[in-house]
Amino acid sequence: MEPQTDTRTGAAPEPAAALAAGQVSRWTRLSAGFTGGLGVVVLLLALVPVAMGATLVQDLTTLLILVLMATMWNALAGYGGLVSVGLQAYIGLGAYATVWFSLQGVDPYWGMVLATLFCAVVALPLSFLVLRFRGAQFAIGTWVVAEAIGIYVGLDNQLGAGTGISLVQLDSYATSTREHITYWLTLALTTFFSVIVFMLLRGRLGASLQAIRDDEQAAASVGVRVVSAKRILFILASAGCGAAGAMTAANILFVQPTAIFSVNYSAFMIFMVLVGGIGTFEGPIVGAVILYFIQQQFGNDGTWYLIGLGAVAILFAVFLPRGLWGLLEERTGLRFMPLGYRVRRRARELR
Amino acid sequence: MTWVNDVVQGILLGGYYGIIACGLALMFGVMRIINLAHGDIAVLGAYLMYLLLEHWNVSPFIALIPVLPVMLALGYVLQRLILQRSLRSGVLTPLLATFGVSIVIQNALEQGFGPDVQSLGGQTGSLVTAAWQINSQVSIAALSALIFGAAVVIYGALQFFLARTAAGRRMRAAAEDPDTAELVGIDSRAVYARATAIAVGIATIGGLALALRTTFSPYAGPDQLIFAFEAVVIGGLGASLWGALLGGIVLGVAQTVGAQINPEWSVLAGHIVFLVVLVSPRGGLLTLRSGGGGGARAALQRLRAS
Repeated sequence: MEPQTDTRTGAAPEPAAALAAGQVSRWTRLSAGFTGGLGVVVLLLALVPVAMGATLVQDLTTLLILVLMATMWNALAGYGGLVSVGLQAYIGLGAYATVWFSLQGVDPYWGMVLATLFCAVVALPLSFLVLRFRGAQFAIGTWVVAEAIGIYVGLDNQLGAGTGISLVQLDSYATSTREHITYWLTLALTTFFSVIVFMLLRGRLGASLQAIRDDEQAAASVGVRVVSAKRILFILASAGCGAAGAMTAANILFVQPTAIFSVNYSAFMIFMVLVGGIGTFEGPIVGAVILYFIQQQFGNDGTWYLIGLGAVAILFAVFLPRGLWGLLEERTGLRFMPLGYRVRRRARELR
Repeated sequence: MTWVNDVVQGILLGGYYGIIACGLALMFGVMRIINLAHGDIAVLGAYLMYLLLEHWNVSPFIALIPVLPVMLALGYVLQRLILQRSLRSGVLTPLLATFGVSIVIQNALEQGFGPDVQSLGGQTGSLVTAAWQINSQVSIAALSALIFGAAVVIYGALQFFLARTAAGRRMRAAAEDPDTAELVGIDSRAVYARATAIAVGIATIGGLALALRTTFSPYAGPDQLIFAFEAVVIGGLGASLWGALLGGIVLGVAQTVGAQINPEWSVLAGHIVFLVVLVSPRGGLLTLRSGGGGGARAALQRLRAS
């Protein structure tokens, strides 16, 4: 076994001599296996509706939506340093845009795709507004935007105003067909956005973002376009949350302004990412699975369930800010997804 | 002519927003933290007074006397136990921690008191109904005037504390540069804990104002937090201490005038004014755009006793 040193861009740089002597690589046997394994998991998930019952399909749809939300919140906070308490704006917009497109006669499933694009379009001008905020101000500034959009949508009588509206257009599909298409579309969108995040972070943007995270002013001084890097992430996260909102509407067939624009979505996203591991690709997925099982187990306990979620979030923020996956990577030194670079040195040079 | 009354009522409402915003601005100025549980803490204070008044037939103002020290202690503990630890991993971790605190407080309040709305307005006797009729259009409610007066007193007292007392000077020093402050013997953690205690104490007074002028429920906190934040940003993000009160007044006027146009637009009008101020080149009524929160520290600095 060759000794390995992790040099994710954020870690301390290796001496140039070691770099010259060593071999720089992204892929290790482990990370190639793990990435391939994830691909196989996606393929197996695609086959679930063929082989399994309706309950499992619906449960997995819920889980995939959670994975998508967590991945998007993490892309923004974990890589862009932009902690938002307002992504529910796009969850709500995605759901309501789906209803709106369906009312215009568009097939609801195409409506969901259009709603995702719509959220990206809306996020562009809004990014000029909220990216003026830094740090904690961004969190609550985006929340105000979400509140304003929620109130505005709630005043629209065509969209059912405050009482909400059903996605009746989906009734044209037979129940099992509908559940299967909803599941496949959720799987496709979750995979799509995860791959986009993965590709972006491996490319130039990933390097820029890590430079920004470490020192924004220094990054700007060497030519990193700080604001445009953040804007790309913001629009991506908004579109992803729009997709999550559209799929939520398809999954529960009913949208209501205070529920779909609820800040509780932010609470769930923060919980998943904080527990799973902020700034890691795998952490949000782990967090989503954990939240899913907690919801299955305790979701009916109302206030105590939420008190527990809040308390666990506090404990993780105070004692384990890198989350479970961060802890795992720290303890084992393993990297499962090839996002950074590693230097493989020859043993004799280590002394 | 009704708009004259709207503006007057809006200014008075701004006094309440000023009180709620004051602690948020103080914590942001000293520690660069935005406490997402700020609104919930105000509501928690209101519930503690409600709890006392259930067993003790006195005025809500008397109930504030035992509740205030409890809340000050709570603020101190909040800083020492949660915020200080999470501050070690950057300014964003306290944000996540306070969001957790917010969820715990809201749901603990619902667990303890149920989801019903409560009010303390009925227990103040004639104060709730008393009003001065200025002319046929404009009348000033005694309670609104009292809350506005309280806001002015709180801001004045805080300015005096920061500018004229030794503890205030230490707080400004720790806000300006905690490391250098440590060098001259200031325990910045103790100063931070004191600032949090003061912020929580002022939020408790805000909670009393909320409970007197309207109703509150376990989930009323987030709205109060958002209004407080809007007031702070409209006022120029700590460009000056009084900016938050001015921002609160602008927000209050926006809401009452908006409600006059269409009752459903009240809160929305406030949000829109907030967003408009945000896109304006100066980005805040009193800011000189010194970049993010730099203004907050500069402002505390400018309060230096002359």
